[in-house]
Amino acid sequence: MPMDALAIDAEHLARRFGRRWALLDVSLQLRRGEVMMVAGRNGSGKTTLLRVLATAIRADGGRAVVGGFELARREEIRGISALLSHQSYLYESLTALENLDVVSRFCGAPAPSPAMVLERVGLSARADDPVSTFSAGMRKRLSFARVLLQQPSIAFLDEPYGQLDPEGFGLVDEVVAELRSRDASVLIATHQVERVGRFANRTITLEAGRAR
Amino acid sequence: MIAALRKELLLQWRTRAQAVAVFVFGATALLLFSFAIGPNAAALREYAAGFLWLALLLSSTLTLSESFHAEMENSALEGLLLIPASPRALYYGKAVANAIQLIVLGIALVPVMIVLYDAGTMRLPTLLLIIILGGAGLSAPGTLYAAMTSQIRAKQMLLPLLLFPLIVPVLLAAVKATSLAILGDPMEQGRAWLLLLVAFNGIYWSLCGLLFARVVED
Repeated sequence: MPMDALAIDAEHLARRFGRRWALLDVSLQLRRGEVMMVAGRNGSGKTTLLRVLATAIRADGGRAVVGGFELARREEIRGISALLSHQSYLYESLTALENLDVVSRFCGAPAPSPAMVLERVGLSARADDPVSTFSAGMRKRLSFARVLLQQPSIAFLDEPYGQLDPEGFGLVDEVVAELRSRDASVLIATHQVERVGRFANRTITLEAGRAR
Repeated sequence: MIAALRKELLLQWRTRAQAVAVFVFGATALLLFSFAIGPNAAALREYAAGFLWLALLLSSTLTLSESFHAEMENSALEGLLLIPASPRALYYGKAVANAIQLIVLGIALVPVMIVLYDAGTMRLPTLLLIIILGGAGLSAPGTLYAAMTSQIRAKQMLLPLLLFPLIVPVLLAAVKATSLAILGDPMEQGRAWLLLLVAFNGIYWSLCGLLFARVVED
């Protein structure tokens, strides 16, 4: 596979918490515009893999090139990627619009308008309500809006369907399709194996931190 | 840094009820300290500066610790770092916002001190300058240490333990300068204490800005 076509090229990645290896000897390759599903049981290392690749945490072993940058070049990788995490990354006391406005002001490249993105995730009616009044599903939608605002070339989506209603499931599928149409690569850690399996180009299954 | 400061001021505005509570805490501390001296007008006036800064110091641990609560609640700080926002900009935005909050608190506590300790002064511009430099001197290392302790369960206990020894020079200079502003400064010593405050601010603000990234990144 030619290197310039690869969005992610990871070899023997490892990460441990204390004495326990959460990730061990995991290698993967993902082309630009492709979707990879990361499957596995709870505690198998899916979240750790995404967080290492998104540079939220450091790897304790192995190497990876994300978007053409070695993992050590955190700022460059962060500039082209976005992570939808288990954590919402939201400020409870700010409104939905204010939360997106904060993100938009930190984005280097011109970002779409926060109001437009809120409309896209179906939250425009609650734009001026504080996040503390939102349900778990609404928070998830707002976190998704954060990802859209960043316009990433590589998106790391950790359990994107979690807490969402059936309409929200459709929204996730649409957004992933939209990202692919822009030649962005998507890494999805999920338990919705059948659903994501319909459109994923590749699958990696983790078990106790190792690729099966 | 403007974006970071804007975000901090917005967060502070949304939780402004806490600022009122911190002011009440500081005013109560001043009141309780005055009980320790008793009805001795000369002694009250003599110790007023020390008690003002003690009240501000105790209040500062509440505001500094609280300033990272919103960042840790949903890992919002990590979210900003991943955008990517510069850790240095985030630090200076938060430290400046904390300094503003401490300076406003210090100014608000001055009338309380004047009433309780009969410690009026005609050198109000000097007193304002001391509060600005002292507030900034508490905020710079305080913001760094608040970040360090924000993920620890016993943060309310650990922050003062780490912070207080570090800010002794700032506290000493601020108390001496304030005391001279209240009691009179025939030997013109106040300027030397002010210069010491400026020097420590220079050291703290530059060093803490450099260290912040190491504290908040994995």
